[in-house]
Amino acid sequence: MTEEVKVSVKNLFKIFGPHPKKAMGLLEQGLDKDEIFGKTDTTIGVQKASFEIYTGEVFVIMGLSGSGKSTMVRMLNRLIEPTSGQVFIDGEDIISMNNDQLVKMRRKKMSMVFQSFALMPHMTVLQNAAFGLEMDGMDKKDREERALQALEQVGLEAWAASMPDELSGGMQQRVGLARGLAVDPDILLMDEAFSALDPLIRTEMQDELLKLQAKAKRTIVFISHDLDEAMRIGDRIAIMEGGKVVQVGTPEEILQNPADDYVRAFFRGVDPTNILTAGDISVATQVTIIVTDGKSPRAALQRLIKNDRDFGYVIDSNHKFQGVVSTDSLREIIDHPDQPQLITNAYLDGVLPAHASDSMQDILHEVASHPWPLPILNDAEEYMGAVSKNLFLRTLQRSESEKLVETEEMTA
Amino acid sequence: MRFFNFEEQLIPLDEWVQNGVDWLVTNYREFFQILKVPVEISLEGLQWLFGAVHPFVVILVFAIAAWRYAGKRVTLFTVLSLLLVGYLGLWEDTMTTLAMVICSVVFCAVVGIPLGILAGRSDRFEMLLRPFLDAMQTTPAFVYLIPVVMLFSIGTVSGILATIVFALPPIIRLTNLGIRQVHPELVEAAIAFGATPWQVLRKVQFPLAMPSVMAGLNQTIMMALSMVVIAALIGAGGLGNPVVQGLNTLEIGLATMGGLSIVLLAMILDRVTQGIAQK
Repeated sequence: MTEEVKVSVKNLFKIFGPHPKKAMGLLEQGLDKDEIFGKTDTTIGVQKASFEIYTGEVFVIMGLSGSGKSTMVRMLNRLIEPTSGQVFIDGEDIISMNNDQLVKMRRKKMSMVFQSFALMPHMTVLQNAAFGLEMDGMDKKDREERALQALEQVGLEAWAASMPDELSGGMQQRVGLARGLAVDPDILLMDEAFSALDPLIRTEMQDELLKLQAKAKRTIVFISHDLDEAMRIGDRIAIMEGGKVVQVGTPEEILQNPADDYVRAFFRGVDPTNILTAGDISVATQVTIIVTDGKSPRAALQRLIKNDRDFGYVIDSNHKFQGVVSTDSLREIIDHPDQPQLITNAYLDGVLPAHASDSMQDILHEVASHPWPLPILNDAEEYMGAVSKNLFLRTLQRSESEKLVETEEMTA
Repeated sequence: MRFFNFEEQLIPLDEWVQNGVDWLVTNYREFFQILKVPVEISLEGLQWLFGAVHPFVVILVFAIAAWRYAGKRVTLFTVLSLLLVGYLGLWEDTMTTLAMVICSVVFCAVVGIPLGILAGRSDRFEMLLRPFLDAMQTTPAFVYLIPVVMLFSIGTVSGILATIVFALPPIIRLTNLGIRQVHPELVEAAIAFGATPWQVLRKVQFPLAMPSVMAGLNQTIMMALSMVVIAALIGAGGLGNPVVQGLNTLEIGLATMGGLSIVLLAMILDRVTQGIAQK
C-alpha cells in the first residue's frame, strides 16, 4: 500500500538556551542531553528527528514529559522556530516561509487543540469556535454559521451563547475541538488534548474523535503520554525519548519489535492478546493446496507427507480459502475408491477460519479447541496463514519473559 | 585613598543641569510654548464647558454615571458631596480642578496605554522604561516644577504638565502588567490559528488586560488629584488655591475647605471609575 505523505520532517533540531551552535557541535561529538546541559546551560529540545506523516492517518507522538513531544508538534506550525532542519507540508518547506505565508498556512491548512483548552475567556462559545475564521477575515454571519456547524459536530450547539467558564472541562475541550474543526483544516494538531480530562470523559472524547475521523479523514497529529490512548486512536505511533524519535511504526509493529528498553518499558503491562491481531502473528508456513480439476487427493496427500505436515490448507486459484484437509481425511477418501475421488470430500468439519483483524483474545478459543492450526483470512477472504497452538503460546511467552526480565532488573 | 576624598564636590551636576536648562530656555522656549498649545486648547475647552453648563446639569450627569456604574449609595454620596462643595462656595474651583484632572488623565491615557502595551510585549522596552517611571514617581515635584515653569511659564498648563509627569506611571505600569498577565497559552492559541501580532493584541491581549488598564486609569486619576495643591503653587488654580492661600496666611479653615473638597472629588471619581472598570 503506498501512502501519500502529508508532513515530512527531516533532521529537525531544537535547542533552547544561550549557545545553540556550541550545543550542536557537542551533539555531533556524541555527548548526551545532560552532559551538554552541564557544559553550556543549553537544553536539547529535539534532536535529529526525521519521520513522515501520511494523509488521513492519526499519528501519535508519544513520550514522557520532557521527551520533546510538545516542542516537536509546535515546530510543525512554527509556534517554535526549529534550530535547524526542515518540515515539509504538502511538499512545501514551511521553515523557509515568510510571515505572510506562515500566517496563511496556519489559517488554511492546520489548526490546534490544546491541553489546557486555551479558550478565550472573554468570548462566547460561538465566538471561540469562530476564532480561526475571524482571524482569516471572514464576515460575522458566515463565520458564525460555520462555527455553529462545528459546534453541532461536537454536540454543543445549545451552548453557543454561553461563556467558556460555564462549561465543564470535557465540554470546554469539545469547544476547543470545534474551534479546530471550524476552519476545516487538512491537519489537526492535538497537544495532549485529552490529558486534562478525567478517564471516563477522555475515553468518550477519543471515541468522538474517531467518529469524526471516520466521517472526514483528516491528518491528525496527536501528542500523548498515555499508551492506552495512543493504542486506541493511533494508526501509527512515534516514540520520543530525550528529544530523539526512537521508533516509528504501527502499534503492533512497536509491540512486537520494540527498538530499545525505553520503548519496551512503555509497553510493560500491556496485555498482548488485546493489541496483537491474528493477522499480526499468523505465519504462512503451512502447506497450501490449490484446488484444480486435476488435483487428486492422492497428490495432496503426497505433498503433506513430503512436507511432514498433518494438515493442508485448500485454496482456489484466486487464493480464496476453501477448507482444511488432514492426512487422515485424505486417506479416508483414497481408501474408498468407490466414492468420487474429490478433495472437497476430505474437508474437515468444524473449521471456523478467523479474520486477520481479530485479536489474539478473540481467536484463543478456536486455536485451543482444535488440533489444526487456525486458518487466518484477510478482508477479501483470502488465505493469509495460520496460527498454531505453539505459535500462540510462543507469542505470549515472549512478552511474559520480557516482563520477567524487567522485574528482575528492578529488584536487582 | 584619593578616591574617597569627599570633602570637595568633584562632579558639578548642579552646574550642568543649570546650564542645560538655561540653554534650553534661551534657545527653545518658543518650541516649548508651541508644545503646550494642544494642552491649552483642550483645557480651555473643558473649562469653558464646565463653566457654561449649569451646576444642576453637572450634578445630574455625575448622578447618572454613579447610578449606572456604582449603585445607589455612591449616587447619594455623589449628589450630597457636590452640593456640599457648592454650598462651601468652591463650585468654580472644583470645576477648574475637574477640567485639569480630566485633561491630564486623557493625555496620560493617550500616551500611557500605548507605552504600557509596548512594554508588555517587549522585555527590553520595559527594562528601558522602568527607571524613567521610577524617577517620575519618586522625584519630588518641586524639583521639576522650576524647569517646567521656566520652559512653559506659570499657569494652568504648567500645572497640568507637572501633573502628567506624576500621574503617568501607574497607567503604564498597570497596562504593562495586564498584557503580561494574559495566559501565554491564549496568545499561543491565537497565533496557532493564524493571528497576526496586531490581531493578537486587539482580539486577545488588550481585551483581557482591560480590568488592569482600568485599574491603572483609576490610579492615574487619584495621582492627578493629589497633584492639585502642588499645581496651585505654580498658579494652576482650582481647589489647590484655597489650600495654598490658607497655608500662606495660616487660615486653617480655608485650607480645610479646599482639602475636604479635594478628598470628596477624589472619592467620587474613584468609586465611579472603579464601577466602570468592574462592568
